[in-house]
Amino acid sequence: MKRVGVFVCHCGTNISAAVDCEKVAENAKSFPGVAYSTDYKYMCAEPGQELIKKAIKEQKLDRIVVASCSPRMHEPTFRRCIESGGLNAYLLEMANIREHCSWVHPDDKERATIKATDLVKMAVAKVMQNEALVRSTIPITKRALVIGGGIAGIQAALDIANAGHIVDVVEKEPSIGGRMAQVDKTFPTLDCSACILTPKMVDVANHPNVNLITYSEIEKVEGYVGNFDVTIRKKARSVDLKACTGCGTCIQKCPTKVPSEFEMEMMDRKAIFTPFPQAIPNKPVIDRESCRYFKSGKCGVCQKVCPTNAVDFTQEDELVTERYGAIVAATGFDLFDDSVYGEYGYGKYKDVITGLHFERLLNASGPTMGKIKRPSDGKIPQNVVFIKCVGSRDEAKGKAYCSKTCCMYTAKHATLVREKIKDSNAYVFYMDVRTPGKGYDEFYTRTTDQYGAKYIRGRVSKIYEKGDKLIVWGEDTLLGRPVEIEADMVVLATAMVAKADAAKLAQMVGFSYDQNNFYTEAHPKLAPVETHTAGVFLAGACQGPKDIPESVAQASAAAVKVCGLLSKEEMPTEPIISAVNEAICSGCGMCVPVCPYTAIDLKVIQERVHGKTVSRKIANVNSGLCQGCGACTVACRSAALNLKHFTNEQILAEVDALCL
Amino acid sequence: MERIELTAAWAEGQEVLAEVTKESGVRASKCYQCGKCTAGCPVAFAMDKTPREIMRLVQLGLMDEALQSQTIWLCASCDTCSTRCPREVDIARMMETLRIIAKRKGFVAEKKMDLFHDLFLKSVEKNGRVHELGLILGFNIYGMQPLKDAHFGPSMLLKGKLSPLPHTIKDNGEVKKIFANVRKRGGKL
Amino acid sequence: MKYAYYPGCSLSSTGVEYDISTKKVAESLGIELWEIPEWNCCGASSAHLTDHLLALALPARNLAIAEEKGLDVAIPCAACYARCKATEVEVKDSKEMQKTISEVIERQYTGKAQARALLDVFVNDLGLQSISTLVNKPLKDLKVVSYYGCLLVRPPRLGFDDAEDPQSMDKLIEALGGTPVDWAFKTECCGAAHATTKSEVGFPMIEKILTAAKEAGADCIATACPLCMSNLDMRQTQVGAKYGKNYSLPVFYFTELMGIALGLNPEELGISKHFVDALGIVKKLNEAAGRRDTA
Ligand SMILES: Cc1cc2nc3c(=O)[nH]c(=O)nc-3n(C[C@H](O)[C@H](O)[C@H](O)COP(=O)(O)OP(=O)(O)OC[C@H]3O[C@@H](n4cnc5c(N)ncnc54)[C@H](O)[C@@H]3O)c2cc1C
Ligand code: SF4
Ligand code: SF4
Ligand code: SF4
Ligand code: SF4
Repeated sequence: MKRVGVFVCHCGTNISAAVDCEKVAENAKSFPGVAYSTDYKYMCAEPGQELIKKAIKEQKLDRIVVASCSPRMHEPTFRRCIESGGLNAYLLEMANIREHCSWVHPDDKERATIKATDLVKMAVAKVMQNEALVRSTIPITKRALVIGGGIAGIQAALDIANAGHIVDVVEKEPSIGGRMAQVDKTFPTLDCSACILTPKMVDVANHPNVNLITYSEIEKVEGYVGNFDVTIRKKARSVDLKACTGCGTCIQKCPTKVPSEFEMEMMDRKAIFTPFPQAIPNKPVIDRESCRYFKSGKCGVCQKVCPTNAVDFTQEDELVTERYGAIVAATGFDLFDDSVYGEYGYGKYKDVITGLHFERLLNASGPTMGKIKRPSDGKIPQNVVFIKCVGSRDEAKGKAYCSKTCCMYTAKHATLVREKIKDSNAYVFYMDVRTPGKGYDEFYTRTTDQYGAKYIRGRVSKIYEKGDKLIVWGEDTLLGRPVEIEADMVVLATAMVAKADAAKLAQMVGFSYDQNNFYTEAHPKLAPVETHTAGVFLAGACQGPKDIPESVAQASAAAVKVCGLLSKEEMPTEPIISAVNEAICSGCGMCVPVCPYTAIDLKVIQERVHGKTVSRKIANVNSGLCQGCGACTVACRSAALNLKHFTNEQILAEVDALCL
Repeated sequence: MERIELTAAWAEGQEVLAEVTKESGVRASKCYQCGKCTAGCPVAFAMDKTPREIMRLVQLGLMDEALQSQTIWLCASCDTCSTRCPREVDIARMMETLRIIAKRKGFVAEKKMDLFHDLFLKSVEKNGRVHELGLILGFNIYGMQPLKDAHFGPSMLLKGKLSPLPHTIKDNGEVKKIFANVRKRGGKL
Repeated sequence: MKYAYYPGCSLSSTGVEYDISTKKVAESLGIELWEIPEWNCCGASSAHLTDHLLALALPARNLAIAEEKGLDVAIPCAACYARCKATEVEVKDSKEMQKTISEVIERQYTGKAQARALLDVFVNDLGLQSISTLVNKPLKDLKVVSYYGCLLVRPPRLGFDDAEDPQSMDKLIEALGGTPVDWAFKTECCGAAHATTKSEVGFPMIEKILTAAKEAGADCIATACPLCMSNLDMRQTQVGAKYGKNYSLPVFYFTELMGIALGLNPEELGISKHFVDALGIVKKLNEAAGRRDTA
């Protein structure tokens, strides 16, 4: 005889306000198989769990129904609870009488109670059919992959490496460093970005546990937590990294100039180049799109001048496959394309620039050697206008979200204008000043109070050129009057957006992203660096707009998660997977293409039929790959596939309990 | 400045606010008061309240103040504001609706402009088309400025730009019916 | 290519030359315009400021007549175009509105006949390529600022061109051999009827546009709206006097410039009807061309 125990939770008043919990527990006593039923205020709390364990022992219960919240949060809790009470974890069912009942029917207690009773009845019917399932284990590959070598990726790699694990950093660009390398000074302390970033870049490059794989991209990801098989495309650098000493002779002699991406196209670089002086690795790469040799077969100057014969035009992309236990995505962000703002003339007027352009104008190794000058004519601007929230908080033309960093970096920019240009005016058009964060609001206050930047509350509607001035039209909403500024330069605090290829990477690795293509954390509050895919973690601005302190904190958090995973020799696998009834499988193969995790293939088995040995094909589920989604069970025409813990019989028992 | 008691004002404005929202289809609550509408409005220089302030009055239910403002009459319906509003608020449509309702309630802050539109529509109803000479003459006479713009008259006639007689369409019954049908449906013309 | 043609009231009075030049140019380009018989006034801004339904119904009657013929409607006047487009879109967006309007006008209009700006028809249906091949008197060295006005390209979701920095008229000028001059006031509003009803508001608006055109170094302004035309042309001297400026800026309908470039007689296009002398500049253009020919 099976003996089911039913435990109805009040969840404080979350459930009991709308559902008569005592009555539900009372009703449950009459359901077939129920040997014990009770209710309690907080079932998940320590006393609640004790109650369950005690009842298992005293009432000799062999399966349990907890009627409470959604299983999302507390199924693991109650599984652990009954396990320590001596039962198999899978002899538990949860009836969700909160999200599915009390929260959606707050006003009709009588009927809500009936519904809750029905939900319990179904759970009892199902648990009667449940079978004990055993978790198996898989070995964990003790090597981590960090995708993206910005500050977030660098920090995550350093932390993982310092914990003693091997980590590979795959960076798309020729150098690591990310956006932080482009930034001149950093708020709120105004310390030089390169001064704090470069040492970290050197550390990560020299760390014995870290392998930097720059100028490379992820090509393919297979496998699952503990054992991801990742194929990396190492793009042809055209320079042999081992032979090259980084002397730079080739760069000097290369005759081809192209606008430098790093310098926001305000300066040229060569066709053989390093993106910036502190690049790591500090060895050049040939941009084959613009190199004369690759375009016309002529030139080859770099090869001729190289003292170590490192230039190799014949290099080809190389594909390598490596196995990793965990992955950290740290691919950062892009800037919104401001040219959709025709009214601001971005792209049309040379002196309407983005904040990142402005960072380069501030930088001593930038196009103006650190003097703020107008891109159009090199003059020093007297009146600089900043416009915040460009592309952010704009449903019509941009993104609905706030980019979080621009209030602060605009305050930084306004401060630096006032500091660097004598008698200058810095005007900041803003809608809100959002400066939470340690020392942030104080920084903003200094910008207006000490540095005298003028903040004008209002969004700009139009910018146009008049002679060599830019006329800016706004409203001072605090005065309630239209205002106009004759500016020499306009800086747009441009929205941070997801990388153009963010969605592609997420699909390849197999984790989710939101409507803005930012990567989705597993839980916005309680699992901010995890993804829904086990073994994949997030760090930095790829998950949403973030400044450096936050990116670094998140990177370290992600590193801890990785280390936690890699510190184990093996890990348990979920037993809720599909199983093949070999006797009735006809080997039709319908299930194979249906499986989103490519967990099914066909295998050949030998059988004796009428005294003869015959071979036939049947489906075979790889228990490591199967995620238990159940898609195959629907596709199978002979009902040979069944998902453990959600078998056809178990589901039908629930339906019958409700309908019969 | 007088202190406004917001709760009472909100309660008082409800009915008109509902009317405005229904007729315009514009939800004032979407506006986040950025002022981009005002910043680009070509008429803002002459308004007593900026377009943003009109949205604010509507948000708070201060409907009488919105309906009595000059702004809603001065709006040129150029759509600059609606085109650029980051919250996709159709401010121009809001202005139009406020004006229609203001008129219904007898709040006409700009009598002359109102007169112009009345005469215009009279002309359309009568002739099916606008008789511009008649319109301008009528406007200036009723508007008590019989000589304003009069100097354009002769040269216009000479250039064949104004006809002394109205252009009418042969059978204007159809247009008259349109007016009648709109009135039947509650239109106050 | 055949379209229903809706001239609108202004084109039979203050804007006759727009009507004349449109018809002549269309003929030269082989576009057939079928004038909607007994068309009525679209209600312009007055209906739209008085009653929303009336504002939708008045244009609907004309559109319905075109729909019966199975033709889209080519509309030169930007203001009429905006009103007609608004009707088309509301009817298309809502079956209920379609029913109401059909009841009010006592005709069937389903939104099938589209309101098309004449500029759109020329530039996008016929195409600049075809137009430029027919040019025989290019507007050589004529610096033109294109003034689209506020209604032609707004709201953006209805538009055939960029709402902030439209290009179609500029490209047309280029195809005609002229020099389009970029400026920032392409879509600034001229104040429409404000100049008549409230000149202290209307005049400064006109002043800004004329000044901007002058500062951009334009020889003349091209427009697509009779209301803009009367503000910028008829009122030019008046506004200039008020602000102590002498603009002397001829204003053309873009169709007139097309006519000139296609070699039509400027007088016949109605250019002599302008208030600010525009024939002078055309004459200079022709003389320069003559010199080039003999040289
Ligand atoms: C104008 C401006 C000024 C700023 N000023 C400050 C400041 O003063 N203080 C502050 O705290 N913050 C500032 N920030 C914010 C700061 O730039 C970010 O917080 C920081 O760069 C985020 O780091 P990240 O590593 O997450 O991303 P990123 O810096 O974007 O780095 C991501 C890296 O991943 C690489 N990558 C991307 N996709 C792939 C792929 N598919 N495969 C492999 N590699 C890939 C990229 O090439 C890049 O190297 C500023 C931002 C801007 C725009
Ligand atoms: S010249 Fe040769 S060694 Fe020197 S940086 Fe270039 S590739 Fe490297
Ligand atoms: S951080 Fe500030 S500037 Fe940036 S989007 Fe948010 S509110 Fe706007
Ligand atoms: S532009 Fe839109 S959001 Fe901004 S103040 Fe005007 S109506 Fe409000
Ligand atoms: S539609 Fe009216 S309120 Fe809006 S910008 Fe034009 S004139 Fe101003």
